[in-house]
Amino acid sequence: MGRLVVNQDKVNAANIDELVKICPFGAIENNGGKIEVNAACKMCKLCVKKGPTGVMEFVEEEVEEIDKSAWNGVAVYVDHVDGDIHPVTFELIGKARELADKVKHPVYAVFVGHNIADKAKEMLHYGVDEVFVYDHEELKDFRIEPYTAALEAFINKVKPSTLLVGATTIGRSLAPRIAARFKTGLTADCTVLDMKDNTDLVQIRPAFGGNIMAQIINPNNRPQLATVRYKVMNAPARMAVAAGKITVCEMAADKLISAINVLKVTEKEVEASISDAEVIVAVGRGIKSEKDLAMVKELADLIGAQLAVTRPLIEAGWADAKRQIGLSGRTVKPKLIITCGISGAVQFTAGMNNSDCIVAINQDSRASIFNVAHYGIVGDLYEVLPRLISNIKEGKAIA
Amino acid sequence: MDILVCIKQVPETSKVEVDPVTGVLKRDGVDSKMNPYDLYALETALRIREKVGGTVKVISMGPPQASEVIKEAYMMGADEGVLLSDRKFAGADVLATSYTISQGVRQMGNIDLILCGKQTTDGDTAQVGPEMAEYLGMPHIANVIKIEAIKASSMVVEMDMPNTIELAEIKFPCLLTVEKDIYQPRLPSYKKKLETKDREVKVLSFKDFEDQNEKRYGLNGSPTQVERIFPPAVNTDKEIWNGSGAELAERLTAKLKELKFA
Repeated sequence: MGRLVVNQDKVNAANIDELVKICPFGAIENNGGKIEVNAACKMCKLCVKKGPTGVMEFVEEEVEEIDKSAWNGVAVYVDHVDGDIHPVTFELIGKARELADKVKHPVYAVFVGHNIADKAKEMLHYGVDEVFVYDHEELKDFRIEPYTAALEAFINKVKPSTLLVGATTIGRSLAPRIAARFKTGLTADCTVLDMKDNTDLVQIRPAFGGNIMAQIINPNNRPQLATVRYKVMNAPARMAVAAGKITVCEMAADKLISAINVLKVTEKEVEASISDAEVIVAVGRGIKSEKDLAMVKELADLIGAQLAVTRPLIEAGWADAKRQIGLSGRTVKPKLIITCGISGAVQFTAGMNNSDCIVAINQDSRASIFNVAHYGIVGDLYEVLPRLISNIKEGKAIA
Repeated sequence: MDILVCIKQVPETSKVEVDPVTGVLKRDGVDSKMNPYDLYALETALRIREKVGGTVKVISMGPPQASEVIKEAYMMGADEGVLLSDRKFAGADVLATSYTISQGVRQMGNIDLILCGKQTTDGDTAQVGPEMAEYLGMPHIANVIKIEAIKASSMVVEMDMPNTIELAEIKFPCLLTVEKDIYQPRLPSYKKKLETKDREVKVLSFKDFEDQNEKRYGLNGSPTQVERIFPPAVNTDKEIWNGSGAELAERLTAKLKELKFA
């Protein structure tokens, strides 16, 4: 907490331009020799740290500190549709156990739905100390008001220090609602999580819309909320023996009311998702035209891979949005990914850098994709791919 | 029906980087544009207005130059726009941003429906829509892929779930976040540009809001704190291959065979 103060008396013709230039967000303006900070300021404090000494100052403000010891436990929201548990839940339980052990907290799961009692038992095979179950008919379908109310009841009852939510369709809708209700912080799509001794959750994610990672904390609010995508953390192995207990909780009838009525649920045709693919060939802006995608598709078919793309190709309408990797698409963790003509912005790499083997083909040797690649191939995809395809075809013919 | 669309100005490209040596943020002359996902929300609003009548208003938050995206919305057909701009809003995280916009919305008269894009291309959190809905005490549905029907006091929409499509009816007032491809956004029209060139972009600041507690806005109203920023990790265990297209293809074929992928 605090604010930026401009010491106008220290501003002069020699340093004013330097100061304007140092702000990466264009938030510092020269208004007739006086410094003005506009609303574009992101409080990165670079002007304080790197600017002319003493001109910009960050003044901390006294805030009343909360009692962190009143908040105990790392909780995981059990993501499911009709009792069918999303695997991100187990990945988060594994992470929650690791974080909780550092501060000697218990691990909780909160399960909201209808006729889920049997499913709740499954949680006890993954290292959860206690599962809190909210089971009502009105909770059968995901509807935002009763689900938020259930989580609110859980948080008020248990007072968990941290709540982890899968960044799924449901999680991305529910977590912000809870955060706003408790006026607390929420960090989306964390790629790394850690726990400080004082129970502050360390959250790392790409930020500022650039090739930058930010480490974010929630130092004076509880609970701390974070969402994590599927395939970012590792799920623990299922234990044969169940441990921990199940607590069934009640909710008041007026908390179950919703202005939403689910009329019909239609099963979608099951299609292979890039999230579950073992081999992926991904293509980006290096491809010059839509028809050239056929070449990439041919390679993908030859090695049994799914085709994936970057955001610019989705924006150009060249591929279905379900094939997009990255922060606005899907996260993948295949055994092999070959990226073709992808520069490697962090918004993309955050969605694939946990892959076992990354082969990158790009003609610019300085492309940031080579920072995450295991095999960096500096070359033109239009020269490499056709030959690669014919090599593999020939190899197949011989074998 | 009175519809409000939330729009944001974002950088044209993601060229912001951290200098690994000095730790300073670098930005190479980045141009700004309307967040591409907001175009779908705006298009949805315009289509609903064409069908049932009413008004389409837009709201944005940002520095004074963000009024450009409101002008752009006028060129697409929006009737009215408000920009929330104040130094006191600087450094806002998701919570403070959502609260600020919800305060702005309260100054805009009757609103039946709020539409947001699925997320922005700079923050990429997809969180501001649902948090605003909470602050405004209205229900919301995210991932809307189709508007099925507009009724007197409710609407029917299709929501995209991982394995299913849910058809749901939601009462007004409510907030929806719409997926890309719900409708093809129209292009800004030159005719509308001329028509709206003198149309005002109303600017609201802290002093215009009901809640005059400064601690709820900007950095002070933001529970999250950025402790440090750093460039993404570099994988040092790697091989870089150079050579002709043929040589590279040869090596890659051999490697794929070795790894048993080909």
